[in-house]
Amino acid sequence: MWRYFGRKLLIYGLTFFVAVTINWMIPRFMPGDPVQSMLSRANIAQPEAVEAMRAHYTNLFGFDLPLWKQYANFWAALLQGDLGISIWVFPTPVTDVIVRAVPYTLGLLVPAILLSWVAGNRFGAFAARRKWLDNTALPVGYVLTATPYMWLAILLAWGLGIVAGVLPVAGAYSFAMEPSWSWEFLGSLVEHWLLPFASLFLVAFGGWAIGMRNMIIYELEADYVHYLQSLGASRRLVRRYAFRNAILPQITGLALQLGVLVAGALVTEIVFSYPGLGHLILKAIQNQDFFLLQGTFLFIVIGVLIANFVIDVAYVVVDPRTRIGMGEAA
Amino acid sequence: MRNRVRILIPLLAAGLVAACSGGGGAGTPDTQAPKAADGAAPPAAGGSFPRNETLYTSGTQWGPPANWNPLREWDFATGTKGLVYETLFLYDPDADKFTPWLAESGEWTGDKEYTLKLRQGVTWSDGKPLTADDVVFTFELGKMETVPYHPVWTWLRSAEAVDAQTVKFTFTKANYQQWANNLYSRAIVPKHLWEGRSEDEVMNGSNERPVGTGPYAYQSHDQDRMVWVKRDGWWATKALSKDVKPKYIVDIVNSSNEVAMGLLLQKGLDLSTNFLPGIANLVKGNFGIKTYYPEPPYMMSANTAWLVLNTKKKPMDDAEFRKAVAFSVDTKKIVENVYGNLVKASNPTGLLPQWDKYVDQSVVSQLGFSYDPAKAKKLLADAGYKDTDGDGFVETPSGGKISLKLIVPAGWTDWMEAIRVISAGAKAVGINVEPDFPDYNALVDARNSGKFDMVLNNEKQLANTPWLYYDYLFRTPVQKLQTTVNFGRYENAKAWELAQQLDGVKPDDVEGMKKVTSELQKIQLQDMPVIPLWYNGLWSQTSDAVWKNWPSSAPGAPKYAPTVWRNWLEMGGVLMLTELQPVAG
Repeated sequence: MWRYFGRKLLIYGLTFFVAVTINWMIPRFMPGDPVQSMLSRANIAQPEAVEAMRAHYTNLFGFDLPLWKQYANFWAALLQGDLGISIWVFPTPVTDVIVRAVPYTLGLLVPAILLSWVAGNRFGAFAARRKWLDNTALPVGYVLTATPYMWLAILLAWGLGIVAGVLPVAGAYSFAMEPSWSWEFLGSLVEHWLLPFASLFLVAFGGWAIGMRNMIIYELEADYVHYLQSLGASRRLVRRYAFRNAILPQITGLALQLGVLVAGALVTEIVFSYPGLGHLILKAIQNQDFFLLQGTFLFIVIGVLIANFVIDVAYVVVDPRTRIGMGEAA
Repeated sequence: MRNRVRILIPLLAAGLVAACSGGGGAGTPDTQAPKAADGAAPPAAGGSFPRNETLYTSGTQWGPPANWNPLREWDFATGTKGLVYETLFLYDPDADKFTPWLAESGEWTGDKEYTLKLRQGVTWSDGKPLTADDVVFTFELGKMETVPYHPVWTWLRSAEAVDAQTVKFTFTKANYQQWANNLYSRAIVPKHLWEGRSEDEVMNGSNERPVGTGPYAYQSHDQDRMVWVKRDGWWATKALSKDVKPKYIVDIVNSSNEVAMGLLLQKGLDLSTNFLPGIANLVKGNFGIKTYYPEPPYMMSANTAWLVLNTKKKPMDDAEFRKAVAFSVDTKKIVENVYGNLVKASNPTGLLPQWDKYVDQSVVSQLGFSYDPAKAKKLLADAGYKDTDGDGFVETPSGGKISLKLIVPAGWTDWMEAIRVISAGAKAVGINVEPDFPDYNALVDARNSGKFDMVLNNEKQLANTPWLYYDYLFRTPVQKLQTTVNFGRYENAKAWELAQQLDGVKPDDVEGMKKVTSELQKIQLQDMPVIPLWYNGLWSQTSDAVWKNWPSSAPGAPKYAPTVWRNWLEMGGVLMLTELQPVAG
């Protein structure tokens, strides 16, 4: 068992190293000079002044060092938890910028992932046994799961936000408010959260429901089900066994889908101007903010790795066969 | 087995609950913002701003407000200069008039000596009085190399406080035009709080809790907004009987045009200074949205869009070729089809309408250009550009192929359309110009290092003096990187000499200025280093839902610039705020 986790951890460690290195490299391959674009926005009249500032900021961000040194400094700073200073929201430290955005992204992602997974599986299993539901729900599920996140997001924003005017289309809470622990503020928060959440939830929900429906149909044809039925087991019992077996591939699917869901959340945030990590990534790219981009990616990489690890553990708990397999190997 | 799954379900449920409450409580870290702000201002009543006391603006911030440092003139939070920190004078570009603001008066008391009298009774928001020392201190900050107005000190010798209300500036060289610009551009900071800050703190400090002399104070901010609250005891209320009406100003960070438009239509935004394509239809329709002019061009003009030609490359090093390009541009088509008349075609000199008096009409009528394909073809033919290989495009006199790229940043849709029109016009007269849309940063790289053929640019804004435009056109020597001016790397010693001469003419000597600008315009139109295209607007859309008496061309309405753009509050924005009136009550 420990060897299994040891191996897993080693793989995660390697993935982390490679991912962080790549995400350090990519922004630096983009054309352009971040300091220059920062200063060209400055619109300063005198060229001499611009030259002095250029030199100053290039040095401040360490862009005047050779690349290998920048890379070494990056790891050294990273290990101390220092992600640098953002260029876009200068002079705010990247960590601050990310910490402010993370609750919004998590607040969208975690409920969307978990709820869609649970609800999708339940609904899929439920639909698999009812012909009329199966005939109606299946096409809807296919349409939903094939919808790009942002397209659904735009549809929702347009339909419910602009045309019906019931829900706001931008921001995290009303522009007329300041954060406080009042019901009014929480209500505003939920109101703004609803649409981005719905667009994530619906797409993922469709996928899980279809997957589960197929699995259940497959499981109900399995030998052990026939055996149970011939023993005279109740339908309820049979269904419970089938569900439990069918859920296993869905857990693996969850691990595989995680990255896609995160990417979906990022796009959705951009559509709704929701101030989470996705919004930050877009801005960081537009402003050549290497440090913010690195920091945000780093955060996402860590998040996805942790989630994958949790799923690994969950798998061991849920599926006894993995435990037996590990016991033999050890 | 079964038991384990049963345990798992409540676990999952617990996780869900935790996650949901995480979602619901997403604002947790933000609740610290107002707490941090307590020192500056009490939180708004009930945590929200009453609509009828709040002015919502948008169009300035492209990122979260991150600093309140008035020296960072390009990225401070909207209103830092203007609402909190103030300038010595205000400048009204439309009337070409300086209004004493923190200063009571100022005049040249010698050829190279300027004496400034400060207004009595101006206090900082911490209660301390504004004195001559603050002004001297502010200008002396410019001795630090990275402060944007550092170059002032190449011709300013000293600034000294004569008494508490009087400052005397002495110069090594009197650049009257630039000095006038400095008088209304520099935000005065309090010496008692800024003294002892290192260069790094001065330029890179975020300067939280700004203490200024202006009508507003910091209330709160978040990633997508900046909130100012009116403060008591603004000097102008007593001295000039001017009062700002909105209690709160909420400036919303730009997300997209759609969001700005949506907010404006839902009366959630009072002043949008975004560029909103198609706004003309909303102005004409009955949507309660207004612009400065009710008819084209709808907006005041704010800057000129130029077609910059790289004069270091063949064939753009040939003035005749550049002129042919100028005659091939169908600006009218751009103005009408691309912008729907939201902009105005430029005068051949490129000087903004506010600078009309500096345009020498006789020079323009003699040397000016307009859209004339036949003339463009003739110019090309006369200069020896002929289509020798029969591909429909001319070759250089020596027979070399001409294939040029005209670039604008990807995603700037109006400019992308505009250069398609320019390219079509050029091709029609036989010049092979292809539109190209690199990433913004790649474009800046190419532009600054001189590795481009043609590029559009509009970075010089309206100001008190056309000198800034001539500086933009003619400044030499050409550096390895040309980051702000003379992107086309045009070298003409005489022109630069004249531009410097213009700088030495007093701003009230209009005739003297005209004499120099006429010479400059002659060179400009004969040599055509850059081609002026159109005037971009001071994008501004206002809603009458909550606030009225917005600036407009209507008789009786205020004529100030309706904007909160950076560096525009001292060009009329503040006065706009003092003229606003609540619609109800």
